Amino acid sequence: MGPSGTGKTTLLRLIGGQLKPTQGTLSVEGMEIPKLNRKQLYQARRRMGMLFQSGALLTDLSVFENIAFPMREHFKFPESMIRDIVLMKLELVGLRGARDLMPAELSGGMARRVALARAIVLDPVLMMYDEPFTGLDPVTLGTIVSLIKELNQSLGLTSVVVSHDIHETFSIADYVCILSEGKVAAAGSPDELMNSDSPFVQQFVHGKPDGPMPFHFPADDYQRDLMQGADNA
Amino acid sequence: MLNALQHIGAFTLETLSNLGRACIFLFQVMLGIKSTLLRPRLLIRELYSVGVLSLLIIIFSAIFVGMVLSLLGYVTLVDFGAESSLGVLVSLSLVRELGPVLSALLFSGRAGSALTAEIGLMKATEQLASMEMMAVDPVRRIITPRFLAGCISLPLLTVIFMSLGIYAGYLVGSVWLGVDEGSFWSQMQTKVEFGHDVINGIIKSLVFGFVVTWIAVFQGYNAMPTSEGVSRATTNSVVYSALAVLALDFILTAIMFVT
Repeated sequence: MGPSGTGKTTLLRLIGGQLKPTQGTLSVEGMEIPKLNRKQLYQARRRMGMLFQSGALLTDLSVFENIAFPMREHFKFPESMIRDIVLMKLELVGLRGARDLMPAELSGGMARRVALARAIVLDPVLMMYDEPFTGLDPVTLGTIVSLIKELNQSLGLTSVVVSHDIHETFSIADYVCILSEGKVAAAGSPDELMNSDSPFVQQFVHGKPDGPMPFHFPADDYQRDLMQGADNA
Repeated sequence: MLNALQHIGAFTLETLSNLGRACIFLFQVMLGIKSTLLRPRLLIRELYSVGVLSLLIIIFSAIFVGMVLSLLGYVTLVDFGAESSLGVLVSLSLVRELGPVLSALLFSGRAGSALTAEIGLMKATEQLASMEMMAVDPVRRIITPRFLAGCISLPLLTVIFMSLGIYAGYLVGSVWLGVDEGSFWSQMQTKVEFGHDVINGIIKSLVFGFVVTWIAVFQGYNAMPTSEGVSRATTNSVVYSALAVLALDFILTAIMFVT
């Protein structure tokens, strides 16, 4: 978790090997991701799933084909097997009836659920969620929160959720890291963070406008800035 | 003065860096050709959207260009009593020059811009990133089939352009303006060499197809993932393609028909 622009999505991209770190180490299941060659990296990614904020569904494929896409690309499963797996994953996210719809026909919440089904279709050991709660209506939000929790438990995954929605994240997370300016500012269980003495953590978890985390982007003195406009006129 | 030098230096560095990235990108695209050929369904789909959907504009343009060429050629030649050479004028103009160049320019406007916009939008909506995370190489899955389809489509469209243009020229010259049908076709048959004129025209279109599609897919893949970025990449794609086609046409014409 952390304020906008603090490097949360960058961290996910580093874990997925889409970016290379300039220093430090990063390993998933004992594999040093930045040191993998292209082939090894693609092998490692088969064990990872990622839910993008926008869903990132392939717009020229139907819901069914979007979920079947990773299987068709990597395996030569018989069509009946692909159908069964896709329907099972769609049932998990409650959208078995929407299999023939195109992405343009889905609401934002439905698109994210389809993307979630697609992300778990190869049975990953690590799931990454990029802002999964942003811009959802209360019902869909609740569904997504419980889905993430259920999938994590039933499939025995490790889930990394990037978010700045305190309530939803704290309700499902075992361990929370709060990032600030690219560094871990605080970490612990949700309870520990709620009761933390750190002014930064308190400001973040309670959404206070005043505190060590500035609301304003660095700028010149406000009054002087306004007066400068008057002088120029 | 220093500022101007600085701008020129920065521009040169950026241009060279872009050219380098485009070459590396082309190499990556080429690496995917084998896997694309093993999955012909992907290629056929792109051939349809890049090639077949460009047919209409190519057909209409070819007809009107051939008709105008014949009309103006007749007006000029008839003063010298040389209207029987109309077929040679129309066919050589179309086969050597207008066919390959106009087809390439129209292709870059119709298919090249569409390719850039499509790939740019896929990048902006994180579809390419999601493919990477599904362990699917977007260059091989998305770019290479489109690149190959462009390289195959343009020469075919050019041949259609040439043929229809010549036929339209015949309709205006012989059927409408009364140029002798026999001399129209026989002079063309005598003066137009298949090995020299037609093949060189097709070689031109192969080069243009390669360059136009390369520019289109590179611009799309490197577009800034914003609406403004995609819009700029689409404009750049058409402008750079047009400039490249015209410049290459001069070089190729000099090599093929002058030396």
